[in-house]
Amino acid sequence: MRRSVKRAPVPLFLPRPDYRLRRLVDAARLLPLFGGFLWLLPILWGPGETAARDTAPDGIYLFVIWAMLIAVAALLAPGLANAADDGAKPLADETGADSTQDDA
Amino acid sequence: MPFNVLVLSCVVYVIFLFSVAYLVERRAARGQVAWLRSPLVYTLSLSIYCTAWTFYGAVGYAARSGLEFLTIYLGPTLVFIGWWWVLRKLVRIGRQHRVTSIGDLISSRYGKSNLLGVIVTVMAVVAATPYIALQLQSVTLSFAVFASGTPEGWALPDRDATAIWVAVGLALFTVLFGTRNLDAKEQHHGVVTAIAVEAVVKLVALLAVGIFVVWGLADGPADMARRIDASSIADWQLQPGRWFGLIFLAGAAVICLPRMFQVLVVEDGDELHLARASWAFPLYLFLMSLFIVPIAVMGLERLPVGSNPDMFVLTLPLSEGQGGLAMLAFLGGFSSATSMVIIEAIALSTMVSNHIVMPLWLRFRPQAAVSGDLRRIVLLARRLSIAGVLALGYGYYRLSGGSAALAAIGLISFAGVAQVLPAMLGGIFWRGATRVGAAAGLSIGFVTWAYTMFLPSFGPDGAISAQVFSEGAFGIGWLRPQALFGIEGMDPLLHAVFWSMVLNTAAFIAASLLTFPGPVERLQGAAFVNVFDDGDAGPRPWTRGRAEPEALLVMTQRILGDAALGLFADEAKAQGKEGYLPDANPEFVERLERRLAGSVGAATAHAMISELVGRDRVSVEDLMAVANEAAQIMEYSGKLEAQQEELSRTAGALREANEKLTQVSTQKDAFLSQISHELRTPMTSIRAFSELLMEGDAPPAAVTAQAGIINTEAIRLTRLLDDLLDLSVLENGSVQLTLGLANLGQMIDRALVAAGNTRPERAFTVVRTALAEDVFLRTDADRLVQVFINLISNARKYCDAATPRLRIAVRHKGGRVTVDFIDNGTAIPKASQVLIFEKFTRLTDPTRAGGAGLGLAICREVMTNLGGSIGYLPGQGGAAFRVTLPLQLER
Repeated sequence: MRRSVKRAPVPLFLPRPDYRLRRLVDAARLLPLFGGFLWLLPILWGPGETAARDTAPDGIYLFVIWAMLIAVAALLAPGLANAADDGAKPLADETGADSTQDDA
Repeated sequence: MPFNVLVLSCVVYVIFLFSVAYLVERRAARGQVAWLRSPLVYTLSLSIYCTAWTFYGAVGYAARSGLEFLTIYLGPTLVFIGWWWVLRKLVRIGRQHRVTSIGDLISSRYGKSNLLGVIVTVMAVVAATPYIALQLQSVTLSFAVFASGTPEGWALPDRDATAIWVAVGLALFTVLFGTRNLDAKEQHHGVVTAIAVEAVVKLVALLAVGIFVVWGLADGPADMARRIDASSIADWQLQPGRWFGLIFLAGAAVICLPRMFQVLVVEDGDELHLARASWAFPLYLFLMSLFIVPIAVMGLERLPVGSNPDMFVLTLPLSEGQGGLAMLAFLGGFSSATSMVIIEAIALSTMVSNHIVMPLWLRFRPQAAVSGDLRRIVLLARRLSIAGVLALGYGYYRLSGGSAALAAIGLISFAGVAQVLPAMLGGIFWRGATRVGAAAGLSIGFVTWAYTMFLPSFGPDGAISAQVFSEGAFGIGWLRPQALFGIEGMDPLLHAVFWSMVLNTAAFIAASLLTFPGPVERLQGAAFVNVFDDGDAGPRPWTRGRAEPEALLVMTQRILGDAALGLFADEAKAQGKEGYLPDANPEFVERLERRLAGSVGAATAHAMISELVGRDRVSVEDLMAVANEAAQIMEYSGKLEAQQEELSRTAGALREANEKLTQVSTQKDAFLSQISHELRTPMTSIRAFSELLMEGDAPPAAVTAQAGIINTEAIRLTRLLDDLLDLSVLENGSVQLTLGLANLGQMIDRALVAAGNTRPERAFTVVRTALAEDVFLRTDADRLVQVFINLISNARKYCDAATPRLRIAVRHKGGRVTVDFIDNGTAIPKASQVLIFEKFTRLTDPTRAGGAGLGLAICREVMTNLGGSIGYLPGQGGAAFRVTLPLQLER
């Protein structure tokens, strides 16, 4: 019965700052997936199976990715902090996407 | 280095930490906590993730399994840089619901269920025990390292005695600062700051040893890389399963470990701090891991074969004669161990006292909720819990023999706490997760973990007999602890993690799908999952019962102490009842419950309040009442909205109708004035000439002429009236059509003949196509001829070419016939093309042929009645009309 209650209309397009904010959040969400992918890559080339003793290069590879992720996260953090501070409202719809789940 | 110098420096270091914690507590008590709440302190306090396991164990891990040790830090890095996914929500929930521990989070989410609180608490304590043992072991080992290296000949201290002393010392420190007061929220500024200081010490120590190794012992990074590839570490095999599994496990552990939850969410959870920590904490982990491999390689290279790689951080500087550096490393390891134990003990004791001791106390002494000093009991429970947790750790240390590699012990603990993950993530992202599901998942995961990992960790014939190992419980082959369901050959760790997580998640989801949540559970579920939505999620549960403000105050005082008075005074002020006790309205009671939950946990606070407000707690009826009320309001406003929409629709329709009426009225006025004008002109001449005739003195010739004019004008009038009548009949659609077969060519012939007497003096060329015209139509021939006559006479009348020519083109296509009448005169201007079919429309009429301007209007109506149409055909080099009609008119 409550399904009939209308939700506030969600604008289809956003002003530029809000748009940027959402893409920032997208980037923040994708970053760990990207990092996880890069860190799982060594599985493919299977260090240890090759004859070459390449532990040092492998280690450097992992650490370079690590440093890169930290740098990107540091770049994203200030914008996201603002978003978390006062942007909770415009983003609420996104994070509470499953709020329409039936609980009646 | 003399052993007593070591002990002395330890004591000095501890005293230093004490004073830091003490000073901070004092400042915090005065309200000067601004700098304590900085992101820096927050990030540093998170570093308790790096325990002695990292400090000592990582080097040992690297020496044994190469780069695999990195997984323990890569997992948390991914979780932190992805803070927007989970951590942000956890922190927000923690702050909004005053969550005191991970057990409280789970219990609170699933309907403030104390059962779940107990399960999580037991799991956390059991899982933490090996970890605490690990810290004791590492501190003891580090003491032993110094002791064995002593030339002075003092007796090797008894390891167990050392462990006891360390445990007791840590318990004391934790009790002193962890349970000094029952905060409104479980925050311990002093301890957290001391932890932050320790974080700096351990980082500096490890970096110092690392720099010494790379630039002191080796010849810079390039040389180091060579040595790494030359060492036995380079023989490590990356096992894809373990690599992935451990990254996952560490990522899960970093949010599920009770101590991480404590610093992450409980102590100072704040999204702004989290944003900073999202990169700063991975950076800390990065720096901590940076020199692990070099130290391990150098240790393997320089130290005698068989020395414990877990202690390389200490033994390497010692063997190189760097006493000071070794001392620093020792303090770093000491810091790692102590900070972990302190926070873990605080977190666990909070859980034990809130979920086990307090509910039991209230169960056996129900009147305690109403009377008696609860503060003392809570604090006592916490202190005893701290001691108990440390005692358990010590017990495990003794039992397991203190010999296993540090890394292995740590991973057991990780896998244990990771069992909370499904219930936790399910709880904050899935509203369908239920209490039964969580309990099922947690228990099955816990049992599987204990059977496949924890109990086997005591070794064959430790907790599980060797027979069970080889043949399975009760002799059932597929119940072997390290080969469940007969799957052999899996890495034991991976095997345990895989099966416990899979069974856990499956049970959680299946039971959640099958069961129905209770009312409080549904409220809490909605509040947790939709924590970012505005406003209070869920209606207030305290709508029914009534509590006496005095009783509430007494109870609050017993938990919060003097702070309760301030709280009530503020509330009274807010209610406008300054100087009196506030009303115990539902809002206030709910706020009070949250506040109390910050001290004793959600389940206990709920139980205590319901003791005062009324036993019935929240019933389904309450919920339905609230929900109904809300639904009614929504329905009402929905109705209003619908009504308003309908009203505005009606108003719009009315406006349109009004406009139309006005238009019609003007049209009618125009029509009337037109028609009176048309009637008046002939009437005027008739009247004038008839008056002349009445005078009777005119000559007969003039009389004839005048009577002729009167006659002509009368005929014109009649024609006009006929036309009008015709038009009205056609417009009404009440015209009688005489249908019959007729040849188109013959009809055009008739029309040409009839139209011939219009301006007969003009010679008109008519171009026709006989072949196309030879078609029979089923239509009303007279009416159609009328239209043709009209069009042809119009052409005769208005065509202004010197040699007028009319082309009649006939075409048929798809059951329709088009007849075009095209002359070579001036085309009708575009603006007038629409107008010409209106009544009384005459374009500039130089010849004034006496039409009333009704001809084309009648044509249009006739064509409509004949099922066809007439229209102006632009772009033909003259005036052109097209008549379209069906071959066969069906009536």
